[in-house]
Amino acid sequence: MLEIRNLHVSIEDKKILNGLTLTVHDGEVAAIMGPNGSGKSTLSYVIAGKPDYEVLDGEILLDGQNVLELEAHERAAAGLFLAFQYPLEIPGVATMSFLKAAMNSQRKIRGEEEMATADFMKAVRAAADKLGIPQDMLRRGLNVGFSGGEKKRMEILQMALLAPNFCILDETDSGLDIDALKVVSEGVNALRDPKRAFLVITHYQRLLNYIVPDTVHVMAHGQVVKSGGKELALELEATGYADYKTLAA
Amino acid sequence: MNDVTPIRTKAENALLSRFPQVKAGLPGDASIRHLRDDAFASFEVSGLPHRRIEAWHYTDLRSLLRDAPDLAVVPPAHVVQRAAEHASVLDQVPATRLVMVNGFYDTNISTFGLPAGVVVKDMHTALGQSEPLIASHLGAATTTPDPLIALNTAFMNGGVIVTIAPHTKLDLPLELRFVTETVDAIAMAPRVLVIVGEGADVTLLESHQGPDGVAYQTNAVVEIFGAEHSRIEHVRLSAGGNHAVDLSTLAVNLQREANFRSLHCITTPGLARHQVFASLQGEGIAFDVDGVALLSGTQHVDTTLAIDHAAPGCTSRELFKTVLDAQATGVFQGRIMVKQIAQQTDGKMMSQAVLLSDDARMNNKPELEIFADDVVCGHGATCGALDDDLLFYLMARGLPRVEAEALMLAAFVGEAFEKIRHDGMRDVCEALAGTWLKSRSTATKQA
Repeated sequence: MLEIRNLHVSIEDKKILNGLTLTVHDGEVAAIMGPNGSGKSTLSYVIAGKPDYEVLDGEILLDGQNVLELEAHERAAAGLFLAFQYPLEIPGVATMSFLKAAMNSQRKIRGEEEMATADFMKAVRAAADKLGIPQDMLRRGLNVGFSGGEKKRMEILQMALLAPNFCILDETDSGLDIDALKVVSEGVNALRDPKRAFLVITHYQRLLNYIVPDTVHVMAHGQVVKSGGKELALELEATGYADYKTLAA
Repeated sequence: MNDVTPIRTKAENALLSRFPQVKAGLPGDASIRHLRDDAFASFEVSGLPHRRIEAWHYTDLRSLLRDAPDLAVVPPAHVVQRAAEHASVLDQVPATRLVMVNGFYDTNISTFGLPAGVVVKDMHTALGQSEPLIASHLGAATTTPDPLIALNTAFMNGGVIVTIAPHTKLDLPLELRFVTETVDAIAMAPRVLVIVGEGADVTLLESHQGPDGVAYQTNAVVEIFGAEHSRIEHVRLSAGGNHAVDLSTLAVNLQREANFRSLHCITTPGLARHQVFASLQGEGIAFDVDGVALLSGTQHVDTTLAIDHAAPGCTSRELFKTVLDAQATGVFQGRIMVKQIAQQTDGKMMSQAVLLSDDARMNNKPELEIFADDVVCGHGATCGALDDDLLFYLMARGLPRVEAEALMLAAFVGEAFEKIRHDGMRDVCEALAGTWLKSRSTATKQA
């Protein structure tokens, strides 16, 4: 369970989050929607531990543990996963070696044994097959020369392998055509689990046709201004965000 | 007006008083003695190179060189034996090894029996025997006047002369292994000539190792001559002691259609100046020299290149990667000269540095000097920190910062290692970089 209480965050003296409060229970898929500049991406980065942000007040608890005291890699080992809106290209770092390093590092932090290479290869192949990721892509530099869709599939592959208990999808639908959107959504849906929660950040209702949320939260001016069920997303699609832009002001 | 008395440093004074004392004991006939005297006379005039000399602006040897220790002598058997017992990262690479202990070639610990087409002569002996190859080749690889070559010529007393017969194709690399085995500071001036015949194909490995904590000094000069259509790969590893001064010059002289590539990997010596002077004398030469320097502590490592395109239609490629941590200083100076005759030259030089600490410093000075009008030449230099966004991406997947950095740095230097043709040597270089990155990660954890 993720609990965010009264979170105030700024970057370079600009206030982005203004007392945001949100709870996502185990097994829940929560969607965050909101206009540009409402602080959605900031929220995802702050939860994942990007260093540029200054947390002025509030707390973020993952299963009762305050993750704000942890560095990004420790948060990952504690079970947090952020699927990036724009996954970065890292030339020269082979995808396979990166995946292995990430998995074993998390295991080490949790005091677990390293994974045997054969088991690791098997797990990667199985997960890659499900997402339609060809083997030769895994030998190339991480995300280098991948299309937008391939990059997003690679994010879901990482999510599947690292098996986090809290996943944040930051505008995973951006840059995806309808076929890629389906593949990625199916990948996410396959990972839905009573013990795993999702925070799905998106501008559009479209993604939520494929990843059906349990709850929908509307963000404006760095706060959650309205919460509801999946029907709230449809309502937003019809009315737009205009009402919410004034609501919090 | 009063006469100006130049102020000599301790090291300069030591060198000035040493030469008259030792020169009678140095090997060589009248012509060699003449060569030594001339070389030393130029040193007497100029002293050690300093920052007011353009080529030495970033490496002020006059202030960096604290002392000039005694010249090494031919090592006794027990010293050679101790040297033979040191492990080398190159032990895993099958090769024909020529071992120099404190600069002196020792056949007892070198590979017994040389491959067909290879002749090796001990430079110490050859200098005293009016060797014709010395008369024809010594000092002939480059015409660039240089203070390090001059000092080496004055004091040279060890090394080897290797000749490789035309059309010889060596199955195994030929390794020049320089091992310093000493508890006291000593100075060494080995000289090596490698004369590769027409159409021959060789891999040359050059490694330098020595004890930590000893302020020994090496000033090695290696001259490589590549005849027409020769194909030479050269990999140099500089892993001297942490207090060592490692000065070295590689002078390469190539003829028509020669193909030469070289990689220089520098990790440990405290102070290093590594020079590469290349003279492309014939048409259609492919020349490629690359380097990786991984520096920490207070290391000062200077790489200086001068590539002379003296014939048409040659290509030259240079890619240098420097990683600097703590208070390390790096210097890259690279000059591509294109003579008027050298039309259709294709030259590209790149120096890239990653600074891991606020106190590390990198000096990049690429230069082009072009006198021909139909050429493609370019150079670039970059200097910066690792990308924070990339680091965050890796950390968000569970890698601690120092491991994320290690992954990115391995990729950064890997680009240069990838160009090595010899698989075994590529592995050795990657492993060396891996060890360096690991020691950095351990140090960070302890801090």
